Amino acid sequence: MAESRSLTLAEKVWNDHLVVEGTDGAPDLLYIDLHLVHEVTSPQAFDGLRLAGRPVRRPDLTIATEDHNTPTRGINLPIADLTSRTQIDTLRSNAREFGIRLHSLGDVEQGIVHVVGPQLGLTMPGITVVCGDSHTSTHGAFGAMAFGIGTSEVEHVLATQTLPLKAFKTMAITVEGTLRPGVTAKDIILAVIAQIGTGGGQGYVLEYRGSAIRSLSMEGRMTICNMSIEAGARAGMVAPDQTTFDYLEGRPHAPAGDDWTEAVAYWKTLQTDEGAVFDAEVFLDADALEPFVTWGTNPGQGVSLSENVPDPSGILDANDRATAERALEYMALEAGTPMKQIAVDAVFMGSCTNSRIEDLRAFASVIKGQKKADGVRVMVVPGSARVRIEAEAEGIDRIVTEFGAEWRFAGCSMCLGMNPDQLAPGERCASTSNRNFEGRQGKGGRTHLVSPLVAAATAIRGTLSSPWDLVEAPELVATSLAATSLASTSLASTSKAV
Amino acid sequence: MEAVSVITGIAAPLARSNVDTDQIIPAVFLKRVTKTGFEDALFHGWRQDPDFVLNQPEYAGAKVLVAGPDFGTGSSREHAVWALRDFGFEAVLSSRFGDIFRGNSGKQGLLAAQLTEGDIERLWAAIDEQPGRELSVDLTTKTVSVGSLTVPFDIDDYTRWRLLEGLDDIGLTLRSEAEITEFESRRHSWRPKTLPVK
Repeated sequence: MAESRSLTLAEKVWNDHLVVEGTDGAPDLLYIDLHLVHEVTSPQAFDGLRLAGRPVRRPDLTIATEDHNTPTRGINLPIADLTSRTQIDTLRSNAREFGIRLHSLGDVEQGIVHVVGPQLGLTMPGITVVCGDSHTSTHGAFGAMAFGIGTSEVEHVLATQTLPLKAFKTMAITVEGTLRPGVTAKDIILAVIAQIGTGGGQGYVLEYRGSAIRSLSMEGRMTICNMSIEAGARAGMVAPDQTTFDYLEGRPHAPAGDDWTEAVAYWKTLQTDEGAVFDAEVFLDADALEPFVTWGTNPGQGVSLSENVPDPSGILDANDRATAERALEYMALEAGTPMKQIAVDAVFMGSCTNSRIEDLRAFASVIKGQKKADGVRVMVVPGSARVRIEAEAEGIDRIVTEFGAEWRFAGCSMCLGMNPDQLAPGERCASTSNRNFEGRQGKGGRTHLVSPLVAAATAIRGTLSSPWDLVEAPELVATSLAATSLASTSLASTSKAV
Repeated sequence: MEAVSVITGIAAPLARSNVDTDQIIPAVFLKRVTKTGFEDALFHGWRQDPDFVLNQPEYAGAKVLVAGPDFGTGSSREHAVWALRDFGFEAVLSSRFGDIFRGNSGKQGLLAAQLTEGDIERLWAAIDEQPGRELSVDLTTKTVSVGSLTVPFDIDDYTRWRLLEGLDDIGLTLRSEAEITEFESRRHSWRPKTLPVK
């Protein structure tokens, strides 16, 4: 590729990892800097290595955690579900056999794989990150190229530390303006997906740009990049800046000393060049954005919380109309119902989308001193054991339990119904997770995707609500905003100490 | 992956169309943690029927499955290929394959050979005459022979080359090992490392 051409961030990172450039239609061979592993998608990959008599090429670029199958209470007891226990035991023996670093249930660094990587300072700008999990896109928040892979590819990376890949197209998603108090990163990404659709990003790497993105903390950027996959994109990226460097500095595996200086100088070059051309562009106005919530059974079926359940008869495309009708039937919703009148049975605060310390702080700032609505089950699940410790040091666990909510151990929990935390059939949940698919949170469960602030307000009122609806305590809005904007500063000061 | 050139063995006729991967291996078997040992799961539903072709003694040890059109459609599960391979099949013949299944086959060294529907029927007739007879699939000449009958088959050149050479994706990539090692030697010291634990 010619040096003089203006390049996008994604192209720069790609070019920096070219081991062999594909010719005659063959894919490029790309080097992988960091491989994250968990118990569900790795067993057959390790078995494949064993069958072929191959070692793991770079155990020192590989790290494993237990997250999908793990329970979030009674973690000192044997895992009751036999399949889950087998997958966990298999990961443990594979890690031993192949020399992989593993953070098991009970370990201080255990947690959701996409929370653990950034927290350890392993995720950094300009690297390539893969994991057998579609939400690997999270790590793009640092200006890394990060994407989910299948089990065969997991084996391929374990064996070769590379992947044969065809280049992605690039899409700029520019969000300009200032978010109003009570509106957060989650609302931005839900609005983006509603705008471009669940297939809108297919074949693209998304680059999130603009003043509203720049003003977000690393946690907020991770929330946005995390859900790139819900728009069909393999990866999402944000160019690194001072916010990125401040988050990273002093973390256990971040560069230090002269390495830090050299790394930052390189990271500063990781900006899309003036005049670089994207294959597609999307714009969103942050000023106009309101708290956002999904009504249907895919993440693109969302509206502002102040709106009503949409009427499928107004949808022109016959397929989309049928999909919307089916979604309303599954969700047991009537067209025209104000979203705010929808009562929930459960609130889930957690997942790789929203379980970092800033998310917990935002949630706690709204519920502090309040009591949860009668009959609503509220579960708060930190993304990692480290986040849990940090939150407890700040008293968030007490705020949560005094509110009447459950304070759990770290894991994927109710995001995906693979562990004991599930909705019962017909139960309705306001969830800070990433997928509202049929049965995702448990067979027959109904999911509304929301931000931590909306989850908190909903837990107080029992109906889908934002902090704007807590009129009896308007100062809460200001508190939650303050918590959000202060988060990255206080995180830097607390988490480095541990 | 072992190189494939000529596969000779008993051919089992599966005279059904639209055999999707859910029928090849039901979802309940996807919870396993191994990549082998799926032989019991292959066509699990159908094998409960004593009349099912693979329950007939003359087809015991079959290496070639002669299937109807649209074999391997549906779910992307790689387990479908693993189950066929574990059962002992080295080649599947059909007039049309599901795209993902065909891709997965190539990756796992299972030969998915495409014949015309007419030739599939001629093969079925030849097998019917003498159940349990051996059949030969020759990847070098792209032909299938049984008795005096020889018919051609199609396979894309790239997959054929990889099968003939015995190269899986990893094997192919490892041909560039020198380039990978050279790339690693240029890798900045501050790029992430998970070990030693800090």
